[in-house]
Amino acid sequence: MALVSVRNLTRIFDVSKPWLNRVVERRPRALLTAVSDVSFEIEERTVYALVGESGSGKSTIGKMLVGLLGPSEGVVDIRGIDLARETDADKIDAVRADIQMIFQDPFASLNPRWRVRDIIVEPVAARGGETTGLAERLLEQVGLSARDAGKFPHEFSGGQRQRICIARALASEPKLIVCDEPTSALDVSVQAQVLNLMSDLKDEFGLTYLFISHDLTVVQHMADRIGVLYLGRLVEEAAPSELFENPKHPYTQMLLAAAPKLDGFGREVAPPTGEIPDPINPPPGCAYNPRCPLAQAVCREERPVLRKVGGARVACHMVD
Amino acid sequence: MPAPTLSIRDLTVDIPTRHGVLRPVSGVSYDIAPGEILGVVGESGAGKSMAGNAVIGLLSPPAHIASGEIHLNGTRIDGLKGDAMRRLRGKEIGMVFQDPLTSLNPLLKIGDQLSETMLAHLDISQSEARQRATAALDEVGIPGAAQRVDSYPHEFSGGMRQRVVIALALCAEPSLIIADEPTTALDVSVQAQIIALLKRLCRERGTAVMLITHDMGVLAEACDRVAVMYAGKLAELGPVRDVLSAPLHPYTDGLMGSTPLASRGKDRLHQIPGSMPRLDSLPTGCAFHPRCPRAAAQCRVDPGPAIEDGAGRAACFFPIDREAVA
Repeated sequence: MALVSVRNLTRIFDVSKPWLNRVVERRPRALLTAVSDVSFEIEERTVYALVGESGSGKSTIGKMLVGLLGPSEGVVDIRGIDLARETDADKIDAVRADIQMIFQDPFASLNPRWRVRDIIVEPVAARGGETTGLAERLLEQVGLSARDAGKFPHEFSGGQRQRICIARALASEPKLIVCDEPTSALDVSVQAQVLNLMSDLKDEFGLTYLFISHDLTVVQHMADRIGVLYLGRLVEEAAPSELFENPKHPYTQMLLAAAPKLDGFGREVAPPTGEIPDPINPPPGCAYNPRCPLAQAVCREERPVLRKVGGARVACHMVD
Repeated sequence: MPAPTLSIRDLTVDIPTRHGVLRPVSGVSYDIAPGEILGVVGESGAGKSMAGNAVIGLLSPPAHIASGEIHLNGTRIDGLKGDAMRRLRGKEIGMVFQDPLTSLNPLLKIGDQLSETMLAHLDISQSEARQRATAALDEVGIPGAAQRVDSYPHEFSGGMRQRVVIALALCAEPSLIIADEPTTALDVSVQAQIIALLKRLCRERGTAVMLITHDMGVLAEACDRVAVMYAGKLAELGPVRDVLSAPLHPYTDGLMGSTPLASRGKDRLHQIPGSMPRLDSLPTGCAFHPRCPRAAAQCRVDPGPAIEDGAGRAACFFPIDREAVA
């Protein structure tokens, strides 16, 4: 059974103006659909990656997975337990201890007034666990020194801070780690160190990652399965080899063509046209239809469902 | 070869502090020809933005140019102060920053911002400036330019704002543009649009571009030549194809190795051990030697051969011998 099972997940944010403004200016309520009817499963000990541009809803899905946000509709099942609806506190607590998160900005996600030791053992201490020597052991596992436990976050570089974040995520011996753009704030050489570390730890601890990123090359390197998001909808899902060699959805094709290539010296490609539409008033039918070269009448009327095509899942009317 | 638009010789920037003098840029020399895009690449703290700011005279005190010369179209500009520099900035050198929102005034319509720049530098009338502003927006691909001239920056998306900033940098027809991480804050598809736009405009107008970036992919696609910086010094300088596909300096090689690539599959990424040294504790000799797999005794005392223009690409005693490897 899959470790995580996400079914028909939808999240709607109310971004309306205050009541008085709406009445005076005669404005309707404004609802922003950040995530719309997304379903996927993450197998144990695999890396599932979500890619998409800004506003595609990838971080919102990550937050709903760890329980920082509740879903508007749909279900997030982790080991068969739906955190948003489960009422048994013990079960919820057991699942919560199995989930940890690594954030994008290692400068903002560590409390500057806490010592590294206290930061790392917090997930265990909060549940009243035994923490003696834990921080020192974890620091060595992520490639820092045990002596660093007594220091403060400002004494470390960006890459080292991200290692501390990883050590903290590992402290409660989780099964699932949600990584929201874990290397976007890092330089290339530091990114390589952190990605290698994450791969090693995954094998060592039998971890499962939900890896959220906008960087296609990083995703290709890390993921076992990739989901491509556009305007809150999952448009394609496939294994990396298949997705990169034979992208099926026109949006995925556009994304891959637009990504700069290391060997693309002086490459002249027609840049993609248009931009992501407004999520408050998404276009009817397929969200990609205004930019899509293949769009037909049906694409403007009917939203395509995600269906199986070979080893992939694609939401497009025009793919056979 | 035509005379270079920008010529930097032995540029050194110093920051005096209580604990001694820091040197973020040290002995950097390069030229940019008209119509050429030179990529300046390096990790955070390599001094790539600092070198760009030195050219346009935007070093924030106490940082200052300690030695070296900067020539723009044959005129020396590194000693210019106050008004003289201000006339140059915007007129001869355009600047595109990373974050388009902070480089536009939120309280002014974008048409007024464009006209303001043109009126300051060109001898034209109000109405002509407005016409030109519309034309400039049209040229950078903003749909409905005639109406959008009267919009405020917040009414544009990130990609459109960056287009406005590029229009702003180009409106006085400068001979050099310094683009400091112009696409870092943008999405992949928008990034492709902006890079294509920069390339097209520079080719059409023969504008020289200094493109500061940390993205090797952008570098490969946009630039003609590339300068790799490490700890304030040039590590390697040469045509982009040579430097990226057959790097000579071990640092460039390490940088390329740590970039995830489709062809490498899921193997471990190459790691450069350690991290960039801090400016207040630079190693002696070649700054890269503590992390370098090829370092010898010589590297610990001697900073390595300087990069001469035209010949010699890497500032390294033991450059990777590509013929021996192949």
